[in-house]
Amino acid sequence: MNVDDIRRDFPILSQTIRGKPLIYLDSGASAQKPRAVIDAMVNAMETQYANVHRGLHWMSERTTDAYEATRDAAAKLMNAGDRAEIVFTRNSTEAMNLVAHSYGRGILKAGQAVVISAMEHHSNIVPWQMLRDAHGVELRVAPITDAGELDMAAFEALLEDGKVGLVSVTHMSNVLGTVTPAERIVQIAHAHGAKAMFDGSQAIVHRPIDVQALGCDFYAWTGHKLYGPTGIGVLWARRELLEAMPPFLGGGDMISSVTFEKSTWAQVPHKFEAGTPAILEGIGLKAAIDYVLGIGYEALAAHELALTDHALARLGAIEGLKIYGRAQDRGGVISFMLDKAHAHDVATLLDRQGIAVRAGNHCAEPLMRRLGVDSTARASFGMYTTMAEIDALADTLNRVREFFT
Amino acid sequence: MADTFDDLRDLYQEVILDRGRHPRHGQRLETFDATAKGDNPMCGDRVQVWVAFAPDSTIAETGFEARGCAISVASADLMAETVQGRSKADTAALFASFRDMVRTGVCPACDTAMEQLAPLSGVHEYPSRVKCATLPWHALIAALDGTKEASSE
Repeated sequence: MNVDDIRRDFPILSQTIRGKPLIYLDSGASAQKPRAVIDAMVNAMETQYANVHRGLHWMSERTTDAYEATRDAAAKLMNAGDRAEIVFTRNSTEAMNLVAHSYGRGILKAGQAVVISAMEHHSNIVPWQMLRDAHGVELRVAPITDAGELDMAAFEALLEDGKVGLVSVTHMSNVLGTVTPAERIVQIAHAHGAKAMFDGSQAIVHRPIDVQALGCDFYAWTGHKLYGPTGIGVLWARRELLEAMPPFLGGGDMISSVTFEKSTWAQVPHKFEAGTPAILEGIGLKAAIDYVLGIGYEALAAHELALTDHALARLGAIEGLKIYGRAQDRGGVISFMLDKAHAHDVATLLDRQGIAVRAGNHCAEPLMRRLGVDSTARASFGMYTTMAEIDALADTLNRVREFFT
Repeated sequence: MADTFDDLRDLYQEVILDRGRHPRHGQRLETFDATAKGDNPMCGDRVQVWVAFAPDSTIAETGFEARGCAISVASADLMAETVQGRSKADTAALFASFRDMVRTGVCPACDTAMEQLAPLSGVHEYPSRVKCATLPWHALIAALDGTKEASSE
């Protein structure tokens, strides 16, 4: 994999910010888009755009084919056994809300429990709190160790009373970079009669996801972090679960027939896809998936590992800089703080040098509390990130520290 | 390495860096008449403001505790200084002018008080940081109004 070639595929990377070349280290928030994605969306609008699943005309048929091809691409990406197990959502947040609402209220019983972890994004916390308050399902939180790894013994102990119906944890922390031991989590969940779901928003960007090998029951991710458009995400779920679950949103496209007395539901996955979907975004997502698979996860993972090792070494050598999260298995997301400067000030100074990082609580307030901080700065890498960019980050951070000393 | 960040000196003037590091009013008041918290949930900045009134109901003293960036701490500290001796209405008017200044960078009717706050005018070039400068003011106004919490969202 040649990073220079990849960079040429991302038009935005040739931008300058305040006269400096853009160094985009915020891919964990949202990744940049390759030309193939941009072209696929523009081309669809220019040549074949119409609504999907309803027109009998040429345009609608072409657009439906293109949109549905994304379902095949997503199934291939995750090694899903059945394309009908791919449900399109707006994003991971909606995917998890779908499960919390539909599986949570439709299948889980009051008195059962859901287990999440202490390092979840708000999107894997709040839907379960809403379910708890509406439906009487208990919410349990598995602790993490000081290194930022899931405390597996404590996690297993939470399931021992047999009340847990669902485990929903991150596959890779958006703050700490920690990759969780997904196979082991699934084994433990299943051994105690619980289903297992992963928030794969970060993980799917960095390593291959094989839902059949993982053995999990639900897996959620979002297109815009995988170099695709915003507004389209995926929930993968076992077909028998989707068939047993009641619909989430009601409306057009998700029905079989409607009378004022009663409606019946479309087959899965359409039962969960009410209304006109994100057609262009879906078409763009297929281009993103094809692009990622064209490079291959092996090369992506090797590049990311090299970047992460280099960044941990360079940032770790900066006096007064603390890195949050020291998991053995981790991805290219690094949270840090300088002793002399607040994260927002750090982000502003870096921005002036053309370096984009995120600063704040990263939609993970409970984790921030666990770490004993209000906010951190976070650098996150993409396939187009270079070693030189990480050097520029480290060099600039040294100067930031001097500025505030 | 001042050269690297030269253009940032508009934002991080010496007085901001100094007040951010060593605020003069950055403590809770032992006796106070009103207090309120300010919270910016998007970035995690938090501030609590305590106010003691003089017999004529003007502000005798303001203290604060802030967990936030240099801009928000310096803003709280300069605020505490400039609102001393002001009535509630005066303070609200000063905040309105201050808010205009940090949004636009200009201060059309700049009196002495506004000149004291002027080091924060550079923040207008950083739209995402304006809330850092206004958060302590939201908390102060909430305290004067008798509400307990304010948000700069």
